[in-house]
Amino acid sequence: MQILQVEGLTKNFGGLAAVSEVDFHVEEGEILGLIGPNGAGKTTTFNLIAGTYEPNSGKILFNGENLAGKKPNVICQKGLARTFQNVKVFPDMDVFQNVLLGAFFGTPEKKSRSQAKSEVEEILDFIGLSDRTDMVAGSMTLVNQKRVEVARALATKPKLLLLDELMAGLNPTEVGESMELVKRIQKKGITVIMIEHVMKAIMNICKRIIVLHHGQKIAEGTPEEISTSKTVIEVYLGE
Amino acid sequence: MNWKTIKYNRYLYPALYILIIVLFIAIPYITAPYTIILLSSIFMYISLTLSWTLFSGPTGYTSLATAAFFGLGLYMAGILGDSVPLIVAVICGGLISFILAFIIGAITLRLRGIYFTIFTFGLVELIKHLMLWWEINIVGVRGRFVPRADNATVFYILLAILAALLLTTYFLKSSRYGMALSSIGSNEEAAIHIGINVVNLKIITFASSAFFIGLTGTIMATRWSYIDPYIAFDPFYSFLPPLMAIFGGLGNLFGPLLGAAVFSYLQETLITRFPYSYMLIFGLIMVITILYLPNGLIGLYQTIRQRFIGGKHADTSS
Ligand SMILES: Nc1ncnc2c1ncn2[C@@H]1O[C@H](COP(=O)(O)OP(=O)(O)O)[C@@H](O)[C@H]1O
Ligand SMILES: [Mg+2]
Repeated sequence: MQILQVEGLTKNFGGLAAVSEVDFHVEEGEILGLIGPNGAGKTTTFNLIAGTYEPNSGKILFNGENLAGKKPNVICQKGLARTFQNVKVFPDMDVFQNVLLGAFFGTPEKKSRSQAKSEVEEILDFIGLSDRTDMVAGSMTLVNQKRVEVARALATKPKLLLLDELMAGLNPTEVGESMELVKRIQKKGITVIMIEHVMKAIMNICKRIIVLHHGQKIAEGTPEEISTSKTVIEVYLGE
Repeated sequence: MNWKTIKYNRYLYPALYILIIVLFIAIPYITAPYTIILLSSIFMYISLTLSWTLFSGPTGYTSLATAAFFGLGLYMAGILGDSVPLIVAVICGGLISFILAFIIGAITLRLRGIYFTIFTFGLVELIKHLMLWWEINIVGVRGRFVPRADNATVFYILLAILAALLLTTYFLKSSRYGMALSSIGSNEEAAIHIGINVVNLKIITFASSAFFIGLTGTIMATRWSYIDPYIAFDPFYSFLPPLMAIFGGLGNLFGPLLGAAVFSYLQETLITRFPYSYMLIFGLIMVITILYLPNGLIGLYQTIRQRFIGGKHADTSS
């Protein structure tokens, strides 16, 4: 079953076509990779799907419902969560509060404080931050801030999770841990789209990859197909 | 803010408030009229400052519309006069401000930062000139008289407004919506992407803040006896609340409260002793606060306390 279908997605900033006529779909339960050179329009694609920007044209069908033009908070409550390329935790709140906000507001039904708290404890345990719940998020290392952000997104109970460069800036050990984390998220039954520059990670955990360049989709296929594609090597991998 | 202190404060603060309120209720029976008038003035400043902080504190959206809502409250007293009981007039003053703030919020709270601030300040001038136009062209007289109320009544109504405001602030702060408001100030984009309806939350909180400002305006009008648009919509009342809040420290509930209390007490005493230079003294206090006490009086107190208790978390491993 296809959880997401993107058709003819287009976004212009002034004269610049940041995303133009992009079509793709996401199968329920998969981890889809989204790659491409800097400025290719990857983050903009996420911003359009998550409702940060309204597309100039095109459809974003999530479980059959068109999300184009809907507000980010509404989209989140429908079960579509995201993280940010430049980390956006609430720096002056502690880890627990960061994630608790996701639990309180990320789903349409209003839940009790005690229910929200027990959900948060479970997620922090899953993500490996149980021993840092009262640490102020802004004082944490990059990898931990990224984990807080993932935990906060998970607290909104997503069916589809968009991860924007989760591995960027991490050391090899941390990259390995993050790859494990993404696989464990998939095992929970959550579908993932990940933007990534770390090739090892993307080739390892994605069965299918999409390549963007100058706002257009130039290739789509398995890791083997992508890594041997002439066009992809010319514009991206051969850089 | 720390999760554990919130739990602890849940029991301590309400008990303290009740004690303080009981003490204040006794005041008109035991003190001179001058003290009641002075305290009423201080209550007014505290109320304006806490109302302002209710919205602008956590969200970081600096509103300069206080004078507009305060002025509307003042005018409500002038317009209703003796036709309704005082308490009804006060509630009407709150409601009219709530409604105006709701409309203004719906239009402007999509703006960010400085644009919002400038717009709210423009609003004060806009309403002032609309009122002038209305009085000159429609009513035919500029300004109006407000029936006076006795000192104790004014004092008790202000006390009630202040108690309601403190309770509102307290419950908001310890609720999920208070946390959500802070998250807007922290990172609005992240807040909206985890399902928080930031637009609605900002509008409702802004309007609630205006409600309390309007209440305060209507009751204070009875002390002034005459108002016209220049008196009612004085930009001074837009600038005072943020100054007092910064002076006290924005980080916690007691900062703005303390800031407003100390600041207004200084004002009331300085204005009689140094009628010409008191604004200059104010200016100096503000400059010193911003340069040397970035977290206000409360910040100063916390720094001193930390020296003795110490202890900070550090993120050591990954
Ligand atoms: N808010 C914006 N306003 C104007 N231009 C933007 C905005 N966001 C992105 N762009 C431009 O759109 C293009 C694609 O950016 P982005 O989607 O961030 O690329 P990527 O994530 O693939 O590196 C870039 O040229 C970028 O400068
Ligand atoms: Mg990007």
